[in-house]
Amino acid sequence: MKIHEYQAKEIFVSFGVTIPRGKMVTTVQEAVAIAEEFGYPVAVKSQVLVGGRGKAGGIKLAKNKNEAEQHAESILGMDIKGLTVERLLIEEGVDIAQEFYVGVIVDRTTRKPTFMVSAEGGVEIEEVARQTPERIKKLSIDPFSGIFDFQARELASFLTDDFQLAGRIADFIKNLYRSFTACDASLAEINPLVVTKDGQVIALDAKINLDDNGLYRHQDHEQLRDKSEEGPSAADARQMGLSYIPLEGNIACVVNGAGLAMCTMDLIKYYGGEPANFLDIGGSSSPAKVTTAMKIVRAQGNADALLFNIFGGITRCDDVANGIKEAFAGKAPELPIVCRLTGTNEEKAKEIMASINIPTLTDMDQAVQKVVAVAKGG
Amino acid sequence: MSIFVDKNTKVIVQGITGRDGSFHTQQMIDYGTQVVGGVTPGKGGSEVSGIPVFNSVAEAKSASGADCSVIYVPIRFVVDAIYEAIYAGIELVVVITEGIPTLEMTKLYPFIKSRGSRMIGPNCPGIITPGECKVGILPGHIHTPGPIGVVSRSGTLTYEVVHNLSKEGLGQSTCLGIGGDPIAGTNFIDCLDAFQKDAQTEAVVLVGEIGGTDEEQAAEFIKKNMDKPVVGLIVGRTAPPGKRMGHAGAIISGGKGTAEEKIAALTSAGVPVADIPSQIPGLVKEALEE
Repeated sequence: MKIHEYQAKEIFVSFGVTIPRGKMVTTVQEAVAIAEEFGYPVAVKSQVLVGGRGKAGGIKLAKNKNEAEQHAESILGMDIKGLTVERLLIEEGVDIAQEFYVGVIVDRTTRKPTFMVSAEGGVEIEEVARQTPERIKKLSIDPFSGIFDFQARELASFLTDDFQLAGRIADFIKNLYRSFTACDASLAEINPLVVTKDGQVIALDAKINLDDNGLYRHQDHEQLRDKSEEGPSAADARQMGLSYIPLEGNIACVVNGAGLAMCTMDLIKYYGGEPANFLDIGGSSSPAKVTTAMKIVRAQGNADALLFNIFGGITRCDDVANGIKEAFAGKAPELPIVCRLTGTNEEKAKEIMASINIPTLTDMDQAVQKVVAVAKGG
Repeated sequence: MSIFVDKNTKVIVQGITGRDGSFHTQQMIDYGTQVVGGVTPGKGGSEVSGIPVFNSVAEAKSASGADCSVIYVPIRFVVDAIYEAIYAGIELVVVITEGIPTLEMTKLYPFIKSRGSRMIGPNCPGIITPGECKVGILPGHIHTPGPIGVVSRSGTLTYEVVHNLSKEGLGQSTCLGIGGDPIAGTNFIDCLDAFQKDAQTEAVVLVGEIGGTDEEQAAEFIKKNMDKPVVGLIVGRTAPPGKRMGHAGAIISGGKGTAEEKIAALTSAGVPVADIPSQIPGLVKEALEE
């Protein structure tokens, strides 16, 4: 789960990471009032869950009340990569002397929390990694012992020769690590970490991605979820335990299992069609999951045909068939449906589907070829 | 022969009294698996499908001589259940439960290694040696004994691949799903190494997906260490970057983990990669004839 910059900063500050004075606001009036309170300059920063806010014009510096009002007005409601800005973070201006990059992730290859630091702060770290990998220092941390002082010093010394400053950065790095592990993050990133002209070490920007698998033991994290950026269908899917991603094509698919769902998308493409979504109804399916899946697919609106691809294991084919039957509640489907059901309770499922006049296939290739033809009007 | 499990494997079920645990215990018994005990704290002394239930893994192990445990316990208890199994000296732990935080896995992985045990999963369908032993939730009836090893990051997609192999008369030595999480107890290389050393296995089917670099590392391993043929399938060719495709591990991020890179790595290691699952049996037959 992604969270906003202001939320990440609230977490960081509770672990002793220094951040600029700031406040989240949702109206121009509030923005101006806070700017007046802080004094100028202030940064007016859009809060949307997507990168590249600065380039899109979503972060501006205001030197006076007039500018604060103008920027707040222009940024609130702005569209950044398809997301509407509804929240602003107003922050006190900072006199920047130096900018660094500091991040910690779980590295899949070493299977350890791993720091990355670079003196190339403020730019895209992926770009630095591609072009000048020697300018990034990586260090894996033993998850049992946590980060040692000498490791934090080693990372900080890569950023500066000033031993005094390195000590302050090392403290910052240790606090960052504590917040990373305490909230079950998959990524905690400060870009840029700035050193001010008076020598303070401050997280000017902040990003935390929370591990979805960790949410069950952090009930308080649920309130951080920005439902407005999720959309009603994604919320329905999440609550029902479905994985759903809308796509541009015109063939909707409902599949059990993430691997088989990806495979189904690939197969649709292979046979000349375009998938309208990724939708995994998961393992032990209930009719309710299937009706929710149908609701989501219908709400999306860009499908010309719908494919069910079910390989029954724990998922019982008759559960899926009952779900399809319920979803239509006696009415004829408004879009053509191709059904592939095989495995556990396949025969029962075929009977149910026959009762609502939807034929079933058992072979995946045949089913996909058929749905591609149907979507093209064939 | 086979890898990791066979007819001599003695299995206990952690979470045997739960809905999934009790259902799949019966399924495993019906398949012929030697299920020798179950564990649910507080329910010791009872029975499920005629199998004795114990309060702890240590008790179950000393009473039954189990060497393998399959874990169906709910997410809140699963990390503790895994440590309990390893502390009790269980050699193979198969974790079906989904949703272990990745930071927990960074601790579990080195701990299990240090004890000399093996974990398959988490978030996996389990492992089957057809005709001998099934541990997990895989549907037994689609499998047939034979010379093909199958290893996959997925569940139902594995069934699809196995179904295709069985239909074309290609039986399997062992099939296992290693799970779709970023950190798994057993990875492709562990399985490839075991299949290479297994006398029954003549060829291996590797089913990968987008995210991470496990497939690329597997390709390196195949190039250096394997003389048995391997056939690949990579799914997620049409997946958009930055979106988690169901599995926590299946995500293209920072331009890494794409299907193209994985297919290129496997191809350069001499592994034919199928475009779609139904091409796999043909590619396996060709590879075996060479």
